[in-house]
Amino acid sequence: MRGPARIGQGLLTDAARRIGFEFDGAALEGLAGDTLASALLANGRQLVGRSFKYHRPRGIVTSGFEEPCALVDVIGAAGREPNRLATTLPVSEGLVAVSQNRWPTLKLDVLSLNDLLGRFLPAGFYYKTFMAPGWAWERVYEPLIRRAAGLGKLEAIVADHAAPAEIVHDHADVLVVGAGSAGLAAAQLLGAAGLRVLLAEQDVVLGGGTLLDPRWGAWREETCRRLAALPAVRCLVRTAVLGAYGHGVFGALETLCPEERARFGGLRERLRIIRARRVLLSCGALERLIAFPGNDVPGVMLAGAALRFLRCYGVAPGRQPVFFVNNDEAYEAALALAEAGVRPAAVIDPRPVGLGAARAQAAGIEVLAGTVVTRVFGRRGVRGVRVAAPGRADRIIEADSLLISGGYTPATSLGSQLGGRLEWQERIAAFTADPPSFAGRNAGAARGLVGLAAAAENGARAGRALAAELGCTLPPLASGPQLPPDRSATPLAPLWEVRAAGKAFVDLQNDVTAEDVRLACREGYQHIEHMKRFTTCSMATDQGRIGGLVAGAVLAAALGKPLAEVGQVKPRPFAEPVPFAALAGGEVRGHYKPRRRLPLHDWHERSGATFVNTGLWLRPLVYSGAAGWEPVLEEARAVRRSVGITDVSTLGKIDVQGPDAARFLDFVYANTFSSLAVGRARYGIMLREDGMLFDDGTTSRLGPTHFLVTTTTANSAAALEHLEFHLQAVCRDLDVVLTDVCDQWAQFAIAGPRSREVVASVVPDLDLSNAAFPFMAVAGAKIAGIPGRVFRISFSGELAYELAVPAAAARTVWEAVLEAGRPCGIRPYGLDALNTLRIEKGHVTTAELNGNTSADDLGFQRMLKKSGDFVGRTLAARSALTAPERLQLVGVRAVDRAQRLRNGMQLVAPEARSSSLGYITSSTPSVELEGWVGLALLAGGRQRIGTRLLGSSPIHAESTELEIVSPHMLDPENTRVRA
Amino acid sequence: MLRIPCPWCGTRDEVEFHYRGDASVSRPAAEGTPEEFTRYVYGRENPLGWHLEWWLHVGGCRRLLKVERHTLSHEIRWVGAPDQHPSAESPPQPVPQRAP
Repeated sequence: MRGPARIGQGLLTDAARRIGFEFDGAALEGLAGDTLASALLANGRQLVGRSFKYHRPRGIVTSGFEEPCALVDVIGAAGREPNRLATTLPVSEGLVAVSQNRWPTLKLDVLSLNDLLGRFLPAGFYYKTFMAPGWAWERVYEPLIRRAAGLGKLEAIVADHAAPAEIVHDHADVLVVGAGSAGLAAAQLLGAAGLRVLLAEQDVVLGGGTLLDPRWGAWREETCRRLAALPAVRCLVRTAVLGAYGHGVFGALETLCPEERARFGGLRERLRIIRARRVLLSCGALERLIAFPGNDVPGVMLAGAALRFLRCYGVAPGRQPVFFVNNDEAYEAALALAEAGVRPAAVIDPRPVGLGAARAQAAGIEVLAGTVVTRVFGRRGVRGVRVAAPGRADRIIEADSLLISGGYTPATSLGSQLGGRLEWQERIAAFTADPPSFAGRNAGAARGLVGLAAAAENGARAGRALAAELGCTLPPLASGPQLPPDRSATPLAPLWEVRAAGKAFVDLQNDVTAEDVRLACREGYQHIEHMKRFTTCSMATDQGRIGGLVAGAVLAAALGKPLAEVGQVKPRPFAEPVPFAALAGGEVRGHYKPRRRLPLHDWHERSGATFVNTGLWLRPLVYSGAAGWEPVLEEARAVRRSVGITDVSTLGKIDVQGPDAARFLDFVYANTFSSLAVGRARYGIMLREDGMLFDDGTTSRLGPTHFLVTTTTANSAAALEHLEFHLQAVCRDLDVVLTDVCDQWAQFAIAGPRSREVVASVVPDLDLSNAAFPFMAVAGAKIAGIPGRVFRISFSGELAYELAVPAAAARTVWEAVLEAGRPCGIRPYGLDALNTLRIEKGHVTTAELNGNTSADDLGFQRMLKKSGDFVGRTLAARSALTAPERLQLVGVRAVDRAQRLRNGMQLVAPEARSSSLGYITSSTPSVELEGWVGLALLAGGRQRIGTRLLGSSPIHAESTELEIVSPHMLDPENTRVRA
Repeated sequence: MLRIPCPWCGTRDEVEFHYRGDASVSRPAAEGTPEEFTRYVYGRENPLGWHLEWWLHVGGCRRLLKVERHTLSHEIRWVGAPDQHPSAESPPQPVPQRAP
C-alpha cells in the first residue's frame, strides 16, 4: 500500500457527513470539516500543482496558511477565484477546484521543459535577457511573459458578482494574537481580571498546538469553556491579524464559514480594525524546511503538518513515511503515526542519538543518527531517499513520503512592525522580536520557548503582567486541569542545507534554490534585502514563512558571517492576502464617496437636470438631457436677454463675528475690509503666506462686528481651515468667532436685465431702486415671507441679485421666484451656462486661481493694500511674482468664428509651434459675441493684447488662430451690473 | 495610523485631523524681512526625533492642537493648546489615553 490515505478519525472531521467535490475534473469525496488538502490526501492524491518557474510537480507541504505549493483555482457560480490555499479551503458540497499553472494536464505539463532549461533560468535571468532585438519586446517578449507570469487564472468578474464584505471596528484593552496554549492561558487571566479581551485565532478552532497532543484535550476544553463564560472576552476564529499599524491599531481579516455566510446574507469577510491598549503576541512558531536536493517532490511535507493531518483529519501523508529532522519536537509525528499503525521506515537525524531518538527506538522505529538525506527519488511522488553519513556507505530507503523539519521559527512579523528589534536565540537557531513595552509583549513559542506547558506558563505570566500594567488586580483563580508536563528534549542542531547534486529549494513558491542565493551573493546582492529582491525569495504569497530563514542561513554561509548578523527581511502588512472587496467593505458603487446634495436636489432632478460631480457635490450642469451646447446656450441667452435663476448654495459661507472681526479680515484678505460700510459687500482675494493667490470671494458687512465671508466651492473647506489656523495660531489675541454656515443657507442668483422686477415682487419690503440699493449693497429682508438676505452682486456680468434663505425654506423661495418671474420668461440655468456667462465677463474661478498664479498674474495687483500687514504680503512682493514674462490672464477669441477652442490648448507662435507660451484655462461658445471665447494664461500676456497666436491641441490634431484680447470682453465699463 | 489625544475630545483617529505643519516656527512680525518670511514659510529642520507640530481637529471640535511627536516611532508624548509649550511647567509625559 502506497500513498496518503485516511486511516482514522480526526478532531475536526465528522465521519458521518460525506461531501462530494471535484478536483481537476475528478469527482471525489471528503468529510465535513476537511480542507481540500486533507480531502485530497484522503483520496490518495499527492500531486496538486506545478511550480511557478520550472513547472516541477508539487504536492502539499504544510497544513495551514504558510502553504507554498498547494494553490488551486476555485470555480464558483460567479467566476473563477485563483490562488486559494488547499490547506485552508474548506471542502463544501459541490466545490469545484482545479490545479494551476499547467497545460494541458497536471500529470503532463508541456512547460516542465523549463525544468530541463533550468541552467538558463536561474534567479534574475530576466535582468540579462529580452534585450534584443528592440522590436521583439512589444510583439514577442511582453505577451509571452504576461502569459507565463502568475500562478492562477484571473477572469474578469462581473461587477454585480462582487460579494459583500463589511468593515467592523473593535475596541479592546488587550488584543491576544493566537489561541495556542500561551494565548489561551493569557486570555483567561486577562478576562478574569475584568479586562476587555479580543482573542484572534487564524485557525478554524481555538487551541493551536494543543490540538496535536491528546494529553492537552481536557485543559483546552476547560479553558475554552471558561473563556466563553467571560462576557468581556471575545474569541474570534478564522481571524488573521494582518498587521500592526502603530498606536494600538491592528487590522484583521475574518473569513466567514459557510453557515455564517448564509446567516449574514452572503457576507464573505469582515475586515476588522482593532484598537487596543496592549497586544499580547502569542502567534507561535512555524516549522521550517531543510534545503536538500529534491525537497520539493510531491510527498515531501513538514513533519508538524503530517501530525496535524493525522490528529485533525485522520489522514496519513503516506503509508511508508521516512522522517528527516534535526529536532526532538518533530519526533511526535513519527510516534503518532506509528501508534496509528503507520510505522515510519526510518528517522534520519543529523544529531547523535538523543532523548527523542531514544523514544522512537523504543517504539520500534529505526533511527539513523548522524545522517542526512542527499537525494529524493521520484518525480510526481516520492519513491525513496538516499541517505549519507560520514564514514558509512550511502543507503537507499524506499518510501512514499518524506517528512522534514529544520526547526521552528518564531513569528516575528507583528513584533517587528511594532518596532521590536530582532534578537538571535541560539537555543532554537532563530530570531525573536519583542514588541516595545508600551505596545505589549510576546509570549510562548513566539518568544522562543519550547513546549506547550512552558508556553502556557509564560502566557499566564504575561497576562498577569499586562493586567498589572493596566491597573487591574487579579482575583484568585479557580484551579483548572493540570498542565501536562513537557517532555525533556535534546536541543536541535541547526541544519540549513545538504550540499549535493540537484536543486535544493529555499522558496518553493517562487522556485528559488540555495544556488540562486549564492548567485545573488556573487553578483553583489549581499544584503539580505537585496538578495530577496534579486532572487524573489520570500516574495510569494507565503512570504517565505517556511524557508526564509533557511535562505538567510545560506546567504550567511556564502558571506562567511553568522546568521545572527545577516538577520531577516523586514515583514510588512498584510500577513495574509486580502481580497480588495474586503478592503472596500460597503463603500462601493454609489457608496464610494459621500455625496453632498443641494437643498433643492429633488427639484433639479425632477426638472430634468443632468448632474455633475464637483468635489463631493452633485450640481445641475444643464436642465436638459440632450447632448451638445444648444441647451446650455439657450439658458445663457435667457439670462443675457431677460432673467434666469441658478442655485449657488455650494459656495463656502463663513460667519465671522466679534469685536476684532474687521481686524481679522484685514489680516487674512489682501485688500481692506475694515473700511467696508455696513450693508455693503466687497470682492476680496486671499493669498497664501508664500504670496500666491489662494482664494477669492465676496464678503459682506452685516453689522459693525459681523461679516459674512464667501469662498469658492472648490476651496471652501481649505479656506475655512486657513482662517481657523490663522485665528488660533497667529492671531491668538483677536476676539473673533468663526462659524461655517455653508449648509445652513441656500443661495440663489437671479441674473438678467429683468432681474430687478422679479426680485422686487418677492421682496416687497425693500426699496430695490438703483439709488437705494446700488451695486454691492446687502440687506436683510423677508423673501417670499421668509427672513433672509439680499445681495446685489453679479457673477454673470448682468444686473443680478443673490438671495440667501435658510436651507429648509429653499423650495418655498425658489418656487416663489419662478412664479414671480414667469411673465419675464424666467428660466433656471445650470453650471455650464453659469460658466459661459462668467467667461464672457472675465471672472476667474479655480481654473485660473489654480494655486500657481499670483495676484499680479490675474490683474489683481492693485487690490493689495498699501499699508497694514496681511497673510502673504512680504513674499508677494518678491520680484519674481510680478515679473513681466510670467503667465498672465488674457482673453482669447477664435479668429475663424466657426472654429472651437479647447481648455488646455497650448498657445504657440506660428514660427515656433513646439514652444508653449501658455494655455487656455476656460473656454465656451459665446452668446454675446460671435464664435468661441476663452480665458488663458499667457507669458507676458498683457503686452501681447492685440496680437495673434495659435492655439494648438496636438492630441486632437487641432490648431486654431487666436486673437489675444483683454479678459474683460463683455461690458468692460460695468454698465449692466450698475444699472 | 496615529491616534491623537485631543485635549477637548479625547483620543481620536488620525483621519479626524489635518496636519498643519511645523509648530516650532512663528510668523515674523509685520516688519519682518523677506529673508525671515522665507525661513518661516520654507525653512524646516525636519528632525529625526521629537517634532512639534500643528494638527487641526477638522472632524471634531475644530480646535488647533500643538503636538509633540517622534518622527521615527510616531510616539506622541505631549499635546497642548496653541498658547502652551512643553516646558518645566507642562513637561513631556506619557499622554493619558482614555479607553478607546
